[in-house]
Amino acid sequence: MSYIGKPKVTHPGIRRNKLGLTPRDYEGTVSTLCAGCGHDSVTAAIIQAVFELDIEPHMLAKMSGIGCSSKTPAYFVSQSHGFNSVHGRMPSVTTGANAANRDLTYIGVSGDGDSLSIGVGQFVHAIRRNLNMCYIIENNGVYGLTKGQFSASADIGSKPKKGEPNRQEPIDPVSTALSLGASYIARSFSGDKEQLVPLIQGALKHPGFALVDVISPCVTFNDHEGSTKSYKHTRQFYHHVVDMDYIPPAKEIRAAYDEGDAMPVELHDGSRIVLRKVDKSYDPTSRAKAFKYLREQFNAGEITTGLLYLDEERPEMHELMGNTDTPLSKLPYESLHPGAEELRKILSGYA
Amino acid sequence: MGKTNDVVIKIATVNGTGSASANGLLRKAIFRMGVPVVGKNYFPSNIQGLPTWYEIRVTGDGYQARSDRLDIMVAMNAQTYAQDLAEVSPGGWLIYDSTWPRSKLLDRDDISVFGVPLSRMCNENFDGARARILMKNIAYVGVVAALLDLDLDIITTLLEETFGDKRQLIDSNMQAIRLGYDYAHAHFSCPLPMRVEALDKTRGHIVIDGNTAAGLGCMYAGATVGAWYPITPSTSLMDSFHAFCRKYRVEPETGKRTFCVIQAEDELAAIGMVLGASWNGARAFTPTSGPGISLMSEFLGLAYYAEIPAVVFDVQRTGPSTGMPTRTQQSDILSCAYASHGDTKHVLLFPADPGECFSMAVQSFDFAERLQTPVLVLSDLDIGMNDWMIPAFEWDDGYVPDRGKVLGAEDLEKMEKFYRYLDVDGDGIPYRTLPGVHPKGSYFTRGSGHTKYGNYTEDASAYQDVVDRLLVKWETARGLLPKADIRYSRFNSAAVLTVGSGNAACVEALDRLAAQDVNLNYCRVRAFPFGDDVREFIAKHDVVYIVEQNRDAQLRTLLMLDIDAEPAKLVSLLHYNGIPLNAGFVVDGVLDAIQRGQAA
Repeated sequence: MSYIGKPKVTHPGIRRNKLGLTPRDYEGTVSTLCAGCGHDSVTAAIIQAVFELDIEPHMLAKMSGIGCSSKTPAYFVSQSHGFNSVHGRMPSVTTGANAANRDLTYIGVSGDGDSLSIGVGQFVHAIRRNLNMCYIIENNGVYGLTKGQFSASADIGSKPKKGEPNRQEPIDPVSTALSLGASYIARSFSGDKEQLVPLIQGALKHPGFALVDVISPCVTFNDHEGSTKSYKHTRQFYHHVVDMDYIPPAKEIRAAYDEGDAMPVELHDGSRIVLRKVDKSYDPTSRAKAFKYLREQFNAGEITTGLLYLDEERPEMHELMGNTDTPLSKLPYESLHPGAEELRKILSGYA
Repeated sequence: MGKTNDVVIKIATVNGTGSASANGLLRKAIFRMGVPVVGKNYFPSNIQGLPTWYEIRVTGDGYQARSDRLDIMVAMNAQTYAQDLAEVSPGGWLIYDSTWPRSKLLDRDDISVFGVPLSRMCNENFDGARARILMKNIAYVGVVAALLDLDLDIITTLLEETFGDKRQLIDSNMQAIRLGYDYAHAHFSCPLPMRVEALDKTRGHIVIDGNTAAGLGCMYAGATVGAWYPITPSTSLMDSFHAFCRKYRVEPETGKRTFCVIQAEDELAAIGMVLGASWNGARAFTPTSGPGISLMSEFLGLAYYAEIPAVVFDVQRTGPSTGMPTRTQQSDILSCAYASHGDTKHVLLFPADPGECFSMAVQSFDFAERLQTPVLVLSDLDIGMNDWMIPAFEWDDGYVPDRGKVLGAEDLEKMEKFYRYLDVDGDGIPYRTLPGVHPKGSYFTRGSGHTKYGNYTEDASAYQDVVDRLLVKWETARGLLPKADIRYSRFNSAAVLTVGSGNAACVEALDRLAAQDVNLNYCRVRAFPFGDDVREFIAKHDVVYIVEQNRDAQLRTLLMLDIDAEPAKLVSLLHYNGIPLNAGFVVDGVLDAIQRGQAA
């Protein structure tokens, strides 16, 4: 994590959002990741997404575990609370945080080691609870901070910088999330901001667990010939099947969409997600079809991207539990206990 | 030998046969007669079919510990008959089901053996295998009631309270009780010389287990988030919280809940949820047992270093490893005190009975939020799952939760800049902010090296600055936590020091020793770090017998580590077989040590 301050430079004519804040107000400290790291592009996409959504910085909570990816919450929205927890355990901390205060917007940034190896149990159970959060996996197939070991998302045959190619089956976060019933599943590429920003915006707005798996190459340990998570390989094999636009409440849909290809989905706050099918055969509302398609493309060596599955109807954690709308942390103490007289009544049952 | 209002009854049954309600009925009937009574469970880690025992100690003197005597054994389990027979104290009684013949080998001439054809009588009077098994267990209540002269009207009332308007159930239960009661009167001389005689010593008291009391305490403390993974013997704590919340924490207008109980995927997640919720301003807790503490350790270190409140109940069981999940011990003292790697140490509270489980549950949230650190409440299976007779605890409607040093929006608005880990007040406790309150309150919570301003650091002195300040906070905790329970009998140089559930047996042992003219002072520690009162108490004595329920003298070690107690004067009396401590063990241990010259 950086301890280098970043100078705030503003100039007249800089963009401002509805809160009167500029993109600068959504920046963090200077990144200490390697030059060219995919994660820094994801950070930039997050900054743009949050800025454009007019989210008040202090109403955003930035959650992470341990690893290169987990360092990045320090690099965006420094006026938000951040919680850099322990390795693989960001989901449980976010679950508790969300349980206490459902009014905040939660963004978790994790990596393939953090989410698919040490933390796969917590990743799985956060999905099962349909925890209302945007969960970004910055997926590069390797452990960077410990210098280049494969992670659980490394593809069969992918070559390391040193040593032998990977021979084990990879864990694909997208198909894992699909099989578990996640309600918003997207994949993108750190080098494709046009696609990534709306996907993050949709994920932040989606009322439930929203996964954004971002192929985010590691320039130092996994960007060489033979790697399946390099910039070159990703650019060559990734393709969009469903893109999306996020449209804030009360804003007209301006872009022209071909009927049949575009699918607008209304969110609870009146905003909309418009899905644009690049591949007309793809159905992002059917788990079974999506799974089949993804598997076939995967077998063909393709990296399928876009908003791959969406279910706006599944109730998120608080709804499932029947919890009050008021954040639990804000309930007045007086309302939380029945008092001395009632205790006497309760205890009379033990006499 | 037992005598009037000093009787120990043990009932040997098979688990899963409904014997718990029969045993509860006996225990409650004695309590309602105004006679102090304690109930202990000895049960297997199993659902159905294995031996289980319930021990009822009728104690006119009001002692709380397990007795070291057994007067009446109700041997309902053929599987353990020989063992049960052997356990009866000389001069005692054994009741068995005489429906089937009993081997002559299984006999003793120093006790009285009563055969009651319980199965036969129930088979003749009730239909269906399930009913016959259940009624056989109810029928022995009648036998014991006759032998001890229990009030049948009270038993009827208790059945009415249990079954409400289900008259048929009340009648069939009373019929079974009558079968046993009448048979005993017809065949034996009832009541026995050791009987129960009505007193007025239970008024204002309740019989409750520690887990129920702790769950109730969490509700009264205003806890809103409880996260847990089921583990014996802590499970009933969350069951209690959940049940009370379902009753008292539902908004009448909307039917929505003002609490959130999350069954986590494991203990790592449970404590992670507690930290997330506490970080976000809720009072949050998790109940667990030893194996759970092992799993939670990494997160507890984060909470210590990042200074996040958390409340953990450790209802200790017998270790190491899986150990004996349904037996008691105090063997997590050290692993809780120092849970996690690095220089980490945690505040511990040690309740001694269900009353303190309630009060310390409330206090634990106050301390956790005041000190911004985890507080671990170390109960054990004996306290958590056994029935203790205690004065009904009270609630003070004037109680205001201590939420600690939390800055609000107005405070932050006035400040130029907020720094998370500055020791503004000199007590080692910094100010904290909650997410969502004010942009100026934002900071980055991390378990990596940080400066007092909250920034990441790898700088030697900036790092050391923070960990040294945590020691200042540790000393603040020492002064803040509950004082020890210290009793001086008279001027003398030897003392007993114990912790938690050791209290009941030690208090009784001190009385017994005093009767033999061995007078000892007494100290029961109630919190870690230990206060000056404990340091001074040990310093005043030449010999301090440390009574604890683990093999490795963990409390003794902790006293040496934390307050430099002089090892030579700390004599260990260690009880660690999983059965709750009794006074006889302490008396024998002290007398033996005196004989060996380990006393002044």
